[in-house]
Parts: sequence; structure tokens; C-alpha cells
Amino acid sequence: MDHNLLSKIATNNGHGENSPYFDGWKAFDANPFHPQHNPDGVIQMGLAENQLSFDLIQKWIESNPSASICTPQGAFAFKETAIFQDYHGLPEFRTAVANFMNRVRGNRVKFDPDRIVMSGGATGAHETLAFCLANPGEAFLVPTPYYPAFDRDLRWRTGVELFPVVCESADNFKVTREALETAYKKAKLANVKVKGMLITNPSNPLGTFLDRDTLKDIVNFVNDKSIHLVCDEIYAGTVTNGDEFVSIAEVIEEVPKCNLDLIHLVYSLSKDMGFPGFRVGVVYSYNDNVVNIARKMSSFGLVSTQTQHLLASMLSDDKFVENFISESRIRLAHRHDMFTRGLAQVGIGSLESKAGLFFWMDLRRFLKEPTFESEMTFWRVIINEIKLNVSPGQSFHCSEPGWFRVCFANMDDETTLVALWRIKTFVRKNRNLEIKTRKQYWQNGQHLRLSSRRLDDILTPHRMSPHSPLASPMVRAQN
Amino acid sequence: MLSSKVTCNSHGQDSSYFLGWEEYEKNPYDEFKNPNGIIQMGLAENQLSFDLLESWLKNNPQPAAFKNHDNQSIFKELALFQDYHGLPAFKNALVKFMSEIRGNTVSFDANNLVLTAGATSANETLMFCLANPGDAFLIPTPYYPGFDRDLKWRTGAEIVPIHCSSYNGFRITKSALEEAYKQAEKQNLKVKGVLVTNPSNPLGTSLSLHELDLLVNFISMKNIHLISDEIYSGTVFSSPSYTSIMEVLKNRNLMNTEIAKRVHIVYSLSKDLGLPGFRIGAIYSNDELVVSAATKMSSFGLISSQTQHLLSEILSDKKFTKSYLSENRRRLKERHEMLVKGLQKTGIRCLQSNAGLFCWVDMRHLLSSNTFEGEMELWKKIVYEVGLNISPGSSCHCSEPGWFRVCFANMSEETLNVAMQRVQSFADCMAKKNIQSRHQQLLQRNSRRSKSLPKWVFELSFHQREITADER
Repeated sequence: MDHNLLSKIATNNGHGENSPYFDGWKAFDANPFHPQHNPDGVIQMGLAENQLSFDLIQKWIESNPSASICTPQGAFAFKETAIFQDYHGLPEFRTAVANFMNRVRGNRVKFDPDRIVMSGGATGAHETLAFCLANPGEAFLVPTPYYPAFDRDLRWRTGVELFPVVCESADNFKVTREALETAYKKAKLANVKVKGMLITNPSNPLGTFLDRDTLKDIVNFVNDKSIHLVCDEIYAGTVTNGDEFVSIAEVIEEVPKCNLDLIHLVYSLSKDMGFPGFRVGVVYSYNDNVVNIARKMSSFGLVSTQTQHLLASMLSDDKFVENFISESRIRLAHRHDMFTRGLAQVGIGSLESKAGLFFWMDLRRFLKEPTFESEMTFWRVIINEIKLNVSPGQSFHCSEPGWFRVCFANMDDETTLVALWRIKTFVRKNRNLEIKTRKQYWQNGQHLRLSSRRLDDILTPHRMSPHSPLASPMVRAQN
Repeated sequence: MLSSKVTCNSHGQDSSYFLGWEEYEKNPYDEFKNPNGIIQMGLAENQLSFDLLESWLKNNPQPAAFKNHDNQSIFKELALFQDYHGLPAFKNALVKFMSEIRGNTVSFDANNLVLTAGATSANETLMFCLANPGDAFLIPTPYYPGFDRDLKWRTGAEIVPIHCSSYNGFRITKSALEEAYKQAEKQNLKVKGVLVTNPSNPLGTSLSLHELDLLVNFISMKNIHLISDEIYSGTVFSSPSYTSIMEVLKNRNLMNTEIAKRVHIVYSLSKDLGLPGFRIGAIYSNDELVVSAATKMSSFGLISSQTQHLLSEILSDKKFTKSYLSENRRRLKERHEMLVKGLQKTGIRCLQSNAGLFCWVDMRHLLSSNTFEGEMELWKKIVYEVGLNISPGSSCHCSEPGWFRVCFANMSEETLNVAMQRVQSFADCMAKKNIQSRHQQLLQRNSRRSKSLPKWVFELSFHQREITADER
């Protein structure tokens, strides 16, 4: 078809799927790992999914047949659920989601169910907020590195722009007030109208979360500039120590004269609960107008009432929720630990993180040159030789080459071991290369965040140290 | 501080279509708890066949428990499934169902189907794919009020009406199409396509072969798109039998041509199966670019995998779909007749219709003035005095005042009877008022004339006129 017959949006690359972030997926799709059927296939470590706690949910579903409107126990609610298309959503669903959000934050905040607006996943939530807060051509500031699909979600159909706030490894990628001001000034010089700022907390891809002071700085910044703040907290439940996480909902109460009309949250159950297929997204705004209009826009991406009904039941079971949140955290922390220790033992470091479903791996010393071309070259090696799909930092708009996001929660223990073993094998094979570059780094005064174990003291599926986390009864129980 | 989309009212929710809903929400009818409340007849829902679905669920417990046919749990796989290509089993079942509705005269390829969260999302997504901000789509009036929001609000596209009128049963004519196109040009709007709803909402009629041919010729000549919203295709309960746009293309040997690539169908299970809460919509296109772009856009409104799985099981049961479709049609036909006959008794006619969940009712004779103000006045009476929420034609952009859409499938038979009784009382009341006022007028006129004839002569001829009116 003649491209002119379609819209510009349909024919431009605004969907962003030509980004390298998706290339790895394609490689995986073409040759997916399977322990029995395809043991040499590519292991998917580019997908930030939480697969560690399904057994808990399955058990709950089996014990609560009335939560499904299709079972004999729940069928009485089938008709009224199936015809309910009110964009306010089932009241019990909103209450249950608010309850869950509160508990994830240790009940330190109390979300108002009437401010909860549904959306087609966090994807839909972000687009809706962009439609509400900015006109075409206006921009949001976003700290780098950031989730690649923001380019699509916030910009594609809305015409809104993203303007990077560059964060650097020297600061451990922290968002500094300085970086914010620099970005804001740059935008002004470029004649870009900044309407808001978007932060992901905990961060994807860093796996870190912002401390109270930084959050306060950000809130002050947006108030000073009179711009919106969208805070994506979809990984809030993945923080190892829940008490340490500070939500924007807490901070705004501590900042006097904060204009609440500027503050908006995005949430979803895709990461904390591991339900990306159910498309449960939330727009939560402290601005009444935005709640009102976002709710009307939610018509374009409502949550299926079948799913609303199931989750209303599940998430109002306080005992289950408390147990799930704490157990999920333990399992994530354990898996995270398994990986980072395993990697440290072969001399690979990562940014210190206590949240998320991934870690931010430092592979700078494996690059021939500190360039993005080298990063791409090495990434192809990782996919084609090591057979792991990880995500290269440039796809997250990282300002420095050599960083990779590696997901750890979307596989079972067996696959985890295989992945670690492959990395070990590769590092061994390329030890010469590594030593050479390591010398360079020492000469440059850089320090490595590594354990002190010798390179040879590594994990394999066959030789297990009694002190290895793999020997933990929890890991054995999961097998 | 906020975007212009927030401050404008293109969401259209200040329209009377939605105001009636609000009034209903404040005072909803309930047989026992609120027998004087407002009866909702403005909601095009299909509530007639839930028992059939419930019985299917009872006999098929596995999908409900997230289990497959081997009784193994597939919960995890479903919970993780977020591929915007959709669950293959569901898409395959859905295209077969769509085919079945069309009497298997055409077949659909699952690879050309894009799943969306309801037809609302499907229509908006197609607009994003086919029109740039400021481009226009031509739509025959009267049309579904929600189109103003779905097609225009966030997309920036425009709608230019193709005016249809009662003189020919609101059928689309060549001159109406041409006129609309000219109007768009006058407004400096680039026309990107035509959108029709077939069967029509609010008319309840399916497009004739002649109209379908006209449309194909028109889009071919103008090199534009045609979107056929076929969400009511499963509600065709009497003749003429339903002809889908795809069938026309097939019969005219246009299937593998450029024209076929510009024809897109929107579908949903909200009306045919009565499941609006589950948000099951779809776009079908013969153009791979459109399919590709729409698929990516569907990320903003995917169908819950839980729901995809349930529906793939239901729709794969061919025995069930066959009996459901026929029984559903039978019930709709019966209910339709009940409404038409009930209104007929009170002297109110409906446009002859063979589909949909509503009738297009002619109340022009009840208007105090042949204007839209008169229509609003009558509508308010019907909502507040008669206690029925029906949809005024102006909310559907009808060009003639006095037409109303009245839904019949979203309530029990008892409630419909109550509604009919209320209409009867209202009509009687209106007739009395008319008789009295006409009587007054006549008396005033005759007092000015010679009194050669006795009064009873005038009264007799007046009553005769009223009887004629009832028989219309």
C-alpha cells in the first residue's frame, strides 16, 4: 500500500521496535533455550519478568474457587461481571489494588481507591498521562538510563518528546540536582517546552531506588519549575528490604507547599505480582482534573472485569498479600544474590542494587574501546557465543558504553545455573583479554567492585561449595 | 498546566447521550425496590442469552480453573503471556466465529487479526493508523455517539457527516457520499476514508447490497479507506440476511486488489455475546502494514490473557457457537417484535429493522415543534415524566428531529412490559392534551366563522382524525 494512504504515525519508527533492545528478543525467539529440547539455545535474560512466586498464587486460586466467575462457586457473579463496563472499575477491585499498594509500602501511605484509574498495563498508563499532561512537541525530562519502551509509550502517538537527564557512573547513576538543572537549561536553549519529569523508582534498568533526600530534591525541583512529576513505581514490591523503600506518596507529605496537582503515579501488577498477561495498569493522580480525564481515556484500555473480579478477591485477602509480598522479596533477593556472587567470582561487577528484577552489569573492561560500537560488538558476542540475551546499555540511552541489564527473575534455578556456567566458561576462555584490560583499568585509577575470590573459584553445576547459596534448602526445595 | 485534550470536551461526555445515563444512575428502576425509577433503554447491551453461557461454563470447568484439557495448570503461562500477537488459539477461534456469523461465505486469516481492548480501542487504533491530525473520515448519520470520542479525541482526526434521511429509510446514497466529500473539501479537510457501522447503530438495519456496492465504488474512485464496524453482525435476526463487506469484495473479485487492502473490519464480543466487561475487540485488515502498525499499538490496550483463554475455549466449541447464535437471534427477534408491537399500539412507529439491540423510533408526531429544541423537550419529558432513558436522535447526529433510539435487549421481559405500559399512558395523555388543544384551536377558529353547522359535527370529524393517527 502507498504509504501516503496511512498516517505518519503508522509509518514512522515511533514504535521503537528497530532498537537493539528488541534485536536480542528476536535472537531468542529464533533459538530459545530449553533444558531438554534445546540446551544450546539462547537464554532469555532480557525480559524483566517475575516468575519466582507463581506457586503461591496458584495455591491461592485453587483454594478460592469463587474468585473466578467461571467456577460453580463463582458463577453467580458471571453475568453482572460480564456486563460491567463502567470505566470507574469494580469498586472492590480499586479498593483491593489500593490495599495492595499500601502494603507494598509497609502501610506507610494510604492510597485513595477513588483516585485509582485503570489502564492497559503501565504501558497504557504512561501514554494516558502523556496525553493528559503535555501537548505535541512538549517534553518530559527523563533520567538516563531509562526503560527503552518509554520512547514508544510516551512519544509515539502523543507527539510528546523525551529529554534526557544524564546520570553517570561516577555518581553511581544517581539523579543529582545539578543534572536536573543542566537538563532543564539545555531544553530551554533548544526551545523545548518542558512540561514534566518522569522517574522510575525503583529504577529500570539500574535496580536501585532513590533515597528520601533525592526524592525531596526532585519534588522541590518540579515545584520550582511548575512542571509535573510522573513517578513510575512498578517495581516497588521488588525492593529486598521493604522498609527502606520511600514512595513519592510519602515524600510529598514531607515537602511543605508541594503543589499536589503536579504529582502522578504509575503502577502495575506486572512486576510485583508477575501478571503481565492480565494487563493491570494504574494511573494514580493527586490532580482531580487528571483523574477525571484519565478515567475517560481509560475506555481505551480497561482491565477485563473477569480479571478485576479475580484480583479484587485475591488482593483483599490480607493474609495472602502480606505473605506474598514478604516471600516474593526473599526469593528475589536470594536469586539476585546467587547471580551477583556468581558473577563476582569471575570478576564481573554490577551496580550495587537492592531492587528490581535485574542488575546493571559492568562489562566495560571487556570492550575493545570505550565506544558504543564496541558495546554493540561485544553484545553480539554475548548473544552468539555466550548465548545469553542481555540488554545493551545504549538501548537504555546510557551515556557510557559497557553497561548491560541482565534479568534474573524470569527463569528457574536450573537455567540460572546454566547461565552462570556459560559466563564462567566465556570469562575463562577470554582471560587474557580480561587481564590486559584490567591492567588498563588499574592504570586509569578505576576500581573494580569485585569479590576477592580467585578467578578459578567458580561455580559449576557439578562442583558446589558448601557455602554456596545454591546449597540453601530454599533453592533445593524449589527444584 | 494540562494538555488541550483535557480542557476541550472532545470526549463528548457532555452530550445528552451520557446525560440520560446520569439521570438513570441517580434513579434507577428496580422491580421491587424502585418501581417508579427510570428504566434504562439507552444501553445497547445484550442480556438475553447469559443462561446459555452460564450453562456452558458449568459443563466446562477447566478453563475456569486455569487448566488445560489434560487438567494441568496453565496459570503461569497465561499470567506471563503478554505477546501483542495474541493467544493463537483465541485468534483462530475468533476468526472462525466471525466466519460462522457470516454464514461461512467468507473466511478470515488469523494473521490479519489484531486484538484490542474492546471496539472502542479498535476504532481509535485504526484512526491512528489511517489518519493524521486534521484528516477526516466520512460517517453516515445517524451514528453511534461514542465515535466522536473514539475517532477524534486523542487522534485529532475529524468526522464529516454523510447525511441520511427518513425519506428513503436513512439509506446511504451516492449523492450523499459526494456531498459529504465536497463538504470536507470546503473545510480544507483531507478525506482519508469512510466509516460505516453494519448493522447500523442506531438504525438496527443491515446495509443493502446496493449500499455496499456504492461504498466500494466510492472508496475505489477516491482512493480512500473503508472501515466497516461489524460489532452487531451476530444480532441479525431476520431478513434480509447479513452481507459483510468482505463478501462483496469476494463476489466482485476484488479480494487480492489494492481496494481490498483499504477495507478494514472492526469486531467485538460485547454485543453478539453480551460480554462488554471483558473488553474483547479486534481489527481485521487485509493490509499487512496496517496489521503491523495496529498490532504494535495494541500494546496500549491488550486483552487480558485470562479472558483470551476463556473465550478461546468457548468459541472453539462449535456445537455451542452454532446453537448460541441461532437461539440468541431467535430471542432478539422476539424481543424486537415485542417492542415494535408495543409501540405500534400507542401510535408510535419504528424504522423497519432486522438487527441490533434497539429500534429507531419515530416520535416526530409528538414534537411540539419540528426542531431539535422540540426534540430535547420531548426527550426530557420521556426521561423525567415517563421514566425511560432513551437516546435522542440529535445525540446520534441525526439531521431530522424527532427520532429516538430505544434499546430492548438489556432488560427482562417484565421490565419491557412496564416500559410499554408507561409509553401507552404517556401517549394517551399526549393524545388527550392534543385533542384538548386542537379542540381549543378549532373552537377559536370556528367562532370566527358562521355557525351554520352544529358543534357535534366538528367534534366527530376531529375524533376520526385521531383514529387515523393511531393506525400509522
